[in-house]
Amino acid sequence: MNMGFRYGLALVGIPAAILLGLVILLRFQLPPVDTVQRGYRGVGMVENYHPADVAAFLAANKVPASLPQLPSSGPKAGAAYKNVQILGDLSVGQFTRLMVSITNWVAPQQGCGYCHNTANMADDGLYTKVVARRMIQMVQHINADYTSHVAQTGVTCYTCHRGNPVPAQVWFNDPGPPHAGGVTESNTGKNHPAGSVNDSSLPFDPFTPFLEKDSEIRVQSVMALPGSDRQSIKQTEWTYALMIHFSQALGVNCTYCHNTRSFGDWSQSTPERVVAWHGIRMVRDLNGNYLDKLQGVFPAARLGPMGDNPKVSCATCHQGVFKPLLGVSMVTTFPELKGPTPPYVAPTPAAPPASPAAPATPAPAAEPAHPL
Amino acid sequence: MSMLSFEAKYRVRGGTLVGGDLFDFWVGPFYVGFFGVTTIFFATLGTLMIIYGAAIGPTWNPWQINIAPPDLKYGLGFAPLKEGGLWQIITICAIGAFLSWLLRQVEIARKLGMGYHVPFAYGVAVFAYITLVVIRPVLMGAWGFGFPYGILSHLDWVSNTGYQYLHFHYNPAHMLAVSFFFTTVLALSMHGGLVLSAANPPKGGLVKTAEHENTFFRDTIGWSIGTLGVHRLGLFLALSAGFWSAICIVISGPFWTRGWPEWWGWWLNLPIWK
Repeated sequence: MNMGFRYGLALVGIPAAILLGLVILLRFQLPPVDTVQRGYRGVGMVENYHPADVAAFLAANKVPASLPQLPSSGPKAGAAYKNVQILGDLSVGQFTRLMVSITNWVAPQQGCGYCHNTANMADDGLYTKVVARRMIQMVQHINADYTSHVAQTGVTCYTCHRGNPVPAQVWFNDPGPPHAGGVTESNTGKNHPAGSVNDSSLPFDPFTPFLEKDSEIRVQSVMALPGSDRQSIKQTEWTYALMIHFSQALGVNCTYCHNTRSFGDWSQSTPERVVAWHGIRMVRDLNGNYLDKLQGVFPAARLGPMGDNPKVSCATCHQGVFKPLLGVSMVTTFPELKGPTPPYVAPTPAAPPASPAAPATPAPAAEPAHPL
Repeated sequence: MSMLSFEAKYRVRGGTLVGGDLFDFWVGPFYVGFFGVTTIFFATLGTLMIIYGAAIGPTWNPWQINIAPPDLKYGLGFAPLKEGGLWQIITICAIGAFLSWLLRQVEIARKLGMGYHVPFAYGVAVFAYITLVVIRPVLMGAWGFGFPYGILSHLDWVSNTGYQYLHFHYNPAHMLAVSFFFTTVLALSMHGGLVLSAANPPKGGLVKTAEHENTFFRDTIGWSIGTLGVHRLGLFLALSAGFWSAICIVISGPFWTRGWPEWWGWWLNLPIWK
């Protein structure tokens, strides 16, 4: 080898090695570390956070001020406005406040016109209005029927939307990149780094089988020796992928719910695992009975590569934090979202006590100009 | 204890680091020295502490005896004896005994006029232990990050601590350490196989020497590392395995708090294929 070639090689190789070393070194974080012990001492059930990450999720999870509550007295929205299908029993004040709040939560830039035909607010012509109505029902369903997961904290539109018309973290059935088929197929739904699985080689769409369909998640054998247990490593990777999604969505690690000496043993798991178990059932219910049922309502631009509706996962609400919005309840000031609103029943004309009160609140005779 | 006839002439005075001639004697085949005494002291005290810990614990089942480190709330301070203080004392005893043993190896090497390769090699194992129970806990801010002393309990710690980073096989230093462990085994088995095959000719044949060994590898891969070189290689591979093991745990937590797969973002984001 002549010397010129050697020097040339060194001239290129040394800076390249230094550059690569710098890229790798700069990827690391520096101490200190914020830690939370979650098991008996020495068991190693600990959450680790870098202070910079903590500052980031504290900043990203500020709860917006809620508008002052208005009395439930006065004319009902169902009487005042046309085509109020699910919130008719609210007073006009409550109804208007909720509409303004939803605008702030979901479409702050776009305004009322994102869902409403502003020339005729009662019109259901925009698909967004139909979706929004179903989503209000979904929120009421979650708060009323899934206290096992959301407790009394509950959820509002803001929990997922955070000022975005489409929540930042929705998902679609993911067939992966183009791949060969038949006997030459090598794509098994994995080996393509995806953020949902922490950029690992695990299956990149654990959502479809586990959070839309109800495939069995449990893979750990309960027997010491091989026998009738037919679980495979491949199945385990799908479960592993789903579990990594949980940890990504909640900003926690595996030991938040599990003592990893025995993942499946409830007696060695933390109470949070029970909450998560209910959460899995909740998400399946929401995807199956709310999001999937809106098939045909969404325009093509809102659909996934397989033509499916956007769906929810743990990350849709949690957004990287163990409790969405760090556990602050927004639903306390929005009691109308705590459960289905009773249907609006128009007062019968024969009811005499209603008439004296009538003059106090000028009932709109014709369809009023909608406040929004 | 028996002593080979030629051993007596290597039993020379001097070479001690501490204590002068005071402990410069043998008991049977064993050199004592100042560090032999401190080794005995720390090892005995530490073992008694473990037995005491087992006695006040819930079980005598040797698999389940567990001397756990303190809760994280005690930080880098002392914990009450029964709430991790015992673990702290045992850790001090263990480090005292290991370092004493290392320095005893140094003294013996000095007596014999040898290099310090043996204490250096042993020192890498001690370094790995100290990384686990001192360096990493200090960087993380609490003694509670040390591993518990117990046959099963320390395995639970390994499992949980690994899963704190979601998928530990993506830890780059863990990858290196595992590769070095495997390569150590490969090199040692090939070296052992070569020596045994040269020293075990067919019945009636002659025992072969290093030239045959060299020629075997020259014919196979074009080059032989040689009789001294293979031991240098073995030492390098084995020490690298231990060294990168220590690195892989000290970067988990102090220098990276999220999942290890995600760490490879720098690779996925290289401008050539991003």
